[in-house]
This record gives sequence, structure tokens and C-alpha cells, in this order.
Amino acid sequence: MGHTITEKILAAHSGEAEVHPGQFVMARVDLMLGNDVTAPLAIEEFRNIGAGRLADAARVVLVADHATPNKDIEAAEQCRMMRDFSREQGVEHFFDVGRGGIEHALLPEEGLVAPGECIIGADSHTCTYGALGAFATGVGSTDLAATMATGECWLRVPESIRVAYRGGPKPWVGGKDLILYTIGKIGVAGARYQALEFCGEAIEALGMSGRLTMCNMAIEAGAKNGIIAPDATTEEYIRSVTGRSYTPQLSDPDAAYAHTVEIDCADIELQVAAPPLPENARPVQQMNDTAIDQVVIGSCTNGRIEDLREAAQVLKGRRVHPDVRLIVVPATRRVHLQAIKEGLAEVFVEAGGALSTPTCGPCLGMHMGVLAKGERAVATTNRNFVGRMGHPESEVYLAGPAVAAASALLGHIGSPEELR
Amino acid sequence: MSDIRGRTHLYGDNVNTDVIIPARYLTTSDAAELARHCMEDIDPEFVSKVEPGDVVVAGENFGCGSSREHAPIAIRAAGVSAVIAKTFARIFFRNAINTGLPALACAEAAASIKGDDEVAVDLASGRIENLTQGRTYQAEPFPPFLQEIVAAGGLVAYTRKRLARR
Ligand code: SF4
Repeated sequence: MGHTITEKILAAHSGEAEVHPGQFVMARVDLMLGNDVTAPLAIEEFRNIGAGRLADAARVVLVADHATPNKDIEAAEQCRMMRDFSREQGVEHFFDVGRGGIEHALLPEEGLVAPGECIIGADSHTCTYGALGAFATGVGSTDLAATMATGECWLRVPESIRVAYRGGPKPWVGGKDLILYTIGKIGVAGARYQALEFCGEAIEALGMSGRLTMCNMAIEAGAKNGIIAPDATTEEYIRSVTGRSYTPQLSDPDAAYAHTVEIDCADIELQVAAPPLPENARPVQQMNDTAIDQVVIGSCTNGRIEDLREAAQVLKGRRVHPDVRLIVVPATRRVHLQAIKEGLAEVFVEAGGALSTPTCGPCLGMHMGVLAKGERAVATTNRNFVGRMGHPESEVYLAGPAVAAASALLGHIGSPEELR
Repeated sequence: MSDIRGRTHLYGDNVNTDVIIPARYLTTSDAAELARHCMEDIDPEFVSKVEPGDVVVAGENFGCGSSREHAPIAIRAAGVSAVIAKTFARIFFRNAINTGLPALACAEAAASIKGDDEVAVDLASGRIENLTQGRTYQAEPFPPFLQEIVAAGGLVAYTRKRLARR
């Protein structure tokens, strides 16, 4: 019996010839990540462990992205804790304000992730890196602390679910629509504790940005990790960001899966997920012109240059609806710079949008666009839970950049087709 | 012998970490401060109702969403002695194991326990006793690997031991 890509990566990192779903392993971790919310707690626990020094400072990445640029004194203290710790322990991959961006958009772009690697992060969307053929999963702060001390992390080998996408997507339909549709089909616990392995024609044809969007939201189906087999697209992407070598893994043809979900792309319209769960995905046409107050385009899900290009294509030469506030947040400094160079920044500001420096801010209702009671937003982010972007009685509708941009112009949830 | 005894607080499916402890309070990792806002966005009364030793009971996928360990920390610091759910989201479950918040998966208990029932839990055996209804339920036992972490007193102590052996 063969093995899945996830099983093969975990076996290679725990010194086993093979591993099986349900088995617990101590995996050697290639890269570990923390942010300004989770790292301070991890640093405290690291001190409690009493290890003194990091097992390997080169494998630690710390990113100040959630409440940055520091939203208040407490946030400033948390970032200082990371900064001081990085200096003390020689953490080179500490990304401060202006030097980095949102962690999950940043790490691939910095060449810190490659196929076949095993990555943990004290952030649930660490699963994003599966797009590059890596095993990557979210853990807690204490896990990060223990991994900083030992270089290893305990993991239960997950069963894998194969999700196969047949055919090509309709116009404007992208990675976000594919994943929202999939979560709508299997539910927010549909892949609980399991690996979601995305494959099929539509995935092979999808660019790296769309793949990152899809794996980013694997956690919204409860998955341990999302993963896509590395191919020519992966190799090209890796070569554009780093020169280092890596050992890719692929699923065996006779690998065992918990089950397979078959999806025909011809069935997928532009998607919107209504609150309070990402599984409430439906075609944009069914949103019945729901009026909105704010649109956020950004986050680790859809804040890459490809996303901003798509939004700008819709917004160019038009004006944001008078009742709507548009906030555009490039995910990283490179994306921000590229958006300026390509004239996208001008499109957003000309349209009446607010262009922000990279930050998680509005995505988790922390700062830079918090919603008031009863307000409704369309966001290209990944969660629409109760109170996610602000007041518990505010609402978040999830969509891709094209729908978000079109909605900002229309004043209600709608598709770019309505603008003609 | 039961280690845990308390009244239950009942919640539904997919209770996520954003409602357990909203992001607006994440600029601290102080347990007492986090406890003051525990469950605020799903049950603003929770903090005033909860008594030391109480038990949270919920449906499917408890603790889904963000990896914030602040969630189990807030629950524990609020005085809750255990969470019983039909199923747990995986990051919440490992955070609970790592930080020493007993998390018991038991579909039968989750379906049968009502709010304000008095329950007792024996952690070693996973036996849950509903003193109000006079019923008992059996939670899924922890796999041996996890029992080791729990027995050590959480991941910090477990890791300290591993390092000492090197
Ligand atoms: S952008 Fe949102 S989902 Fe992504 S890491 Fe930041 S807070 Fe988390």
C-alpha cells in the first residue's frame, strides 16, 4: 500500500520508514513560526521550560503583523518582547513593521518554505504553505515553545481526503471561490483532523497565488493541513524566490484516502459565504443585493499582488459607492511596493479607497477598520465568525477580490458582471 | 474517585475561539485578564455565572478557528475544570492537552447533559457522572502518547523532562 504526500513528509521528518494515519510522531521541524499575539506567550513558556537557547535560531520565524503598526501600548509591549527575544537568541528571521507583512503571505515570498518541508506555526492559517507541497499546520503557543527548545513537535498523522476538481473555472472564478464552494460542500468540520489534498485539472492550471488561497482556508473545514502536489508551477515559483535545494514528496498512485470529493468546476459560480460560518457559501447571485458598509481587500487569504490586480481591474476608473468604505491592505511590503509600481495604488486611492500598510488589523477585528454594531462588510479574508471584525452584532461576508471590489462599487453584495 | 465536580454550562456546535476570547483582548496573555472576557461574544453572562469547578459542555467542533492558546487559558482561569464536547477542533484540543485543561470527547454526554446539571468527572478513566440525571457516560480515552503529556503535567513539564534526558 502506498502513502500520501502528507504521510511521506511526516515519515521523512520522524526517522520512520513509513507512518500511518492515527500514529503519533515526534517530527523534526524545518521551520517554526510565531506572531505578535502567539509568540509572547510562547516566549514565556520557552522560559518556563528552561532550555536557555533555541535549538536552532535559523529555523525560527517571528512576524509582527497582527496588531501592527502597534495599535496601543499593550501591542507595543508584545512586539518589543519579540524584538528583544530575537536579539537575545539571534533570530534573523524576525520581521518588524515595514520589513515584512502578514506572515502567511510573507514566508513563501521570502523563500522560507519549500516542497517536502515540515512547518509548524502558532497560527491556525499556517496550513497555507501546503500550496508549495510542504506539510504545514497550526499549533498553539506552548507547542511553539517546546519546538523552539527541542526542534521537534508532536503530531498525529492525519488521514487524507482527496478533493479532485474537474474542468476549468468560469470567468472571474478563482481559488477563493473553489475553496469556499468546497467548504460549503463538506462543512466547517468536514475535514476535522484530516489532510485535504487538492488535485485535478483546475488545480494543475491554478497559479501559486490561488493555491495559497485554497490551502489557507483548509483550516476552515477543520483540516490539519491542506496540500497540493508540487509541479512545474511550484518549481517555477520556488526558483523565483530562493535558490536553495529541497526534497519534494508526491502521493503514491495507490495511496489510501479516507474518501474522495469530486467537484465539477462547471458547477462553481462566484461564491460568497454568509455569516457566521465559512460553510455558508452560496453563489453571489443569491445574495439578493445585501447592502454593505465596508469592504476589506487583503489578508493572508487574498492580499497578494494577483488579488490586488484583480480588484484594481474591477475598480479602475470607477468610484466606491458613497455608503461604503473600501480598505485595501497589501499583504506584504513587496506586494505594497509592486502595487505602487504597477499603478494599482493609484487606482485604489482614486476610487475612494483607503490603502493601508501591511497588517492583519481588520481581518481579526483588531484595528484599522473595526466594524460598529449592526454594520456589514464584504471581506476577502477567511473567517466570518460572530464579532470577527468588530462588534458581535456586525457581519462579515467572505468573497474573492472580484466580488469584494464589485460590491464596493455597487453598495451591495454583487458580482463584477453587474457593472457592465 | 472524581477529580472534577461542578455545574454545567451548555453551548452548541462550532463554538469558535473568536467568541471564547475575542481578538480585541489579545494584547495580553495574562490569564486573569483573559478570564474576565471569557465567552463574552457568545454568552456575556458567562463570567458572572461561572463558579470554580464548573464544566463547559458543547456540541461538535468545539474551539474551531484561531490557534490562540488564550482560549483554553481563559476558560481555565475563569474557573472551568473541564470541557466536555461531542468533538473538538484539533488545535484547541492540543492546546488543552498542552496547557492542562481537561478536554473530554463524548457524544453521549454532549447529547444528554442539560445546562445546570451537576456532573463529576474521573479523568483517569474518562468516566463522566451526571449527578442530576443519575446517568454515567464514558469519554474516549486519551491515546498513550497523550497520556504521557497529561501525566507529566502538560507540555512544558514534558519537554523539560525530554531535554533532561538528552
Ligand atoms: S490576515 Fe487574518 S487570518 Fe491571516 S494571519 Fe492575519 S489575522 Fe490570521
